[in-house]
Amino acid sequence: MADWKFNFTWEILPRLLLAAGNTILAAGGGYAVAVVLGLVLVLAQRTRSRTLTFIVRELVEFIRSTPLLLQIFFIFYVGPQFGLRLSPWAAGLIAIGLHYAAYLSEVYRGGIESVPKGQWEAARAINLSTVTTYRRIIIPQALPPALAGMGNYLVGIFKDTPMLSVIGVAELMHTANSIGAENFRYLEPYTIVGLIFLAISLPTAWLIRRFETALRRKMGLTR
Amino acid sequence: MKNSINHDLSQYPLKLEGDHVPMVRFQNVTKKYGSLVVLDGLNLDVAEGEMVTIIGPSGSGKTTVLRMLMTLETIDSGVIYVDGEPLTHMEKNGRLVRANAAHLRLIRSKIGMCFQHFNLFPHMTALGNCVEGPMQVLGLSKREAEERALELLDLVGMADKRDQHPSRLSGGQQQRVAIARALAMRPKVMLFDEVTSALDPEVISEVTGVIRGLVDQHNLTMLMVTHQIGFAREISDRICLFFDGKIEEQGSPERLLDNPQNERTQQFLSAVLEAN
Repeated sequence: MADWKFNFTWEILPRLLLAAGNTILAAGGGYAVAVVLGLVLVLAQRTRSRTLTFIVRELVEFIRSTPLLLQIFFIFYVGPQFGLRLSPWAAGLIAIGLHYAAYLSEVYRGGIESVPKGQWEAARAINLSTVTTYRRIIIPQALPPALAGMGNYLVGIFKDTPMLSVIGVAELMHTANSIGAENFRYLEPYTIVGLIFLAISLPTAWLIRRFETALRRKMGLTR
Repeated sequence: MKNSINHDLSQYPLKLEGDHVPMVRFQNVTKKYGSLVVLDGLNLDVAEGEMVTIIGPSGSGKTTVLRMLMTLETIDSGVIYVDGEPLTHMEKNGRLVRANAAHLRLIRSKIGMCFQHFNLFPHMTALGNCVEGPMQVLGLSKREAEERALELLDLVGMADKRDQHPSRLSGGQQQRVAIARALAMRPKVMLFDEVTSALDPEVISEVTGVIRGLVDQHNLTMLMVTHQIGFAREISDRICLFFDGKIEEQGSPERLLDNPQNERTQQFLSAVLEAN
């Protein structure tokens, strides 16, 4: 560690922290897209229409079976050929949101399927509509078992944001690369980037576990 | 179209009319799971205010009768009428066709059901379970729904546990809340599907006591599936014994239990009484 330069560290830290803000923004924005779109994807697979189920099922499989990096490139560079001109930020959020929506839809599916059949029957017996049954009975109960998986993917999406650097989103990795290239020093920026990621990932995972326990208790699902 | 392949619906009335319209009618109802025939051309009328108990060995189709009435199962042929109107079918251009979701919801509102495993909503309190349907389906205000729910929780002796979640309640307590939840929808027909089978012996009387009260005080039509022959004898107007998807024998409790005509009925009853 003899070579570590503290002066340089202090000099670049503000710029990296600022970029960390962008990383959080990208992860948060992408996750928000994924959370909502994932729910749409899972519910579309549970309708009575077999065609819709089939199409969405295959779409989810397709997204899960191809690399995120390819999807980012595709939306950003191939999109314009089809009239889809997006800024790096928009393309990045859509790509990462869509990618993680496919994964989250599987997490949701597990949660929904973990709700006992008797709950559907009880909802039917008091004549709740299908929409109300999902909204009031099924999804609230599917949420706690899905939270662990949702948390994993929140951390996952956060760790995948560096991929957005390839289309020029000025997040942490992109900024660290620039700093390295400008100063011909990579040790400090990359190390700091790693530490920032750790400093965010670890507490997030811990908070999600706490949240899950608290939610279960609040909902009366545990004594 | 589906129906016309299966059977001719023109033989069934569009509506039941006259002086003695039954609250529930199964007319020639058949239910199959693959090649297994669960119910075989069932005919059963239940009069308004009547308490009918269904007994029989497991696999005889008795629970299926209740589940079909609650529209938890579809039927393969025949028609079920509730309060004079077809439940499984509806009228279209003067003919019966298979009921759509809207028609099912409309007629289903006359029916309430309690389950063997209670099926309370675990994320809601006792009160929350009872106001859910009235608020979401009947459009009652929160105040109206709570008033009604509290009245019913009081009726089943659970008013003091109104703010407890099901995980904090015993089986007997949960089943009583489930009865209140069903009654809060003001059904005309109540279905009890082995509601005491999952309970510890010492709390069974909590639940049977509530059902007994309903028989005495309310003009509810009730269908009950149970293994408790003693309870069935005490509260039923009529007992139906099911065998292989058919009513083997039926009659008043005294007639059926004390003087069974049929050999299989006798065998079943002596086996059950011995086990009790």
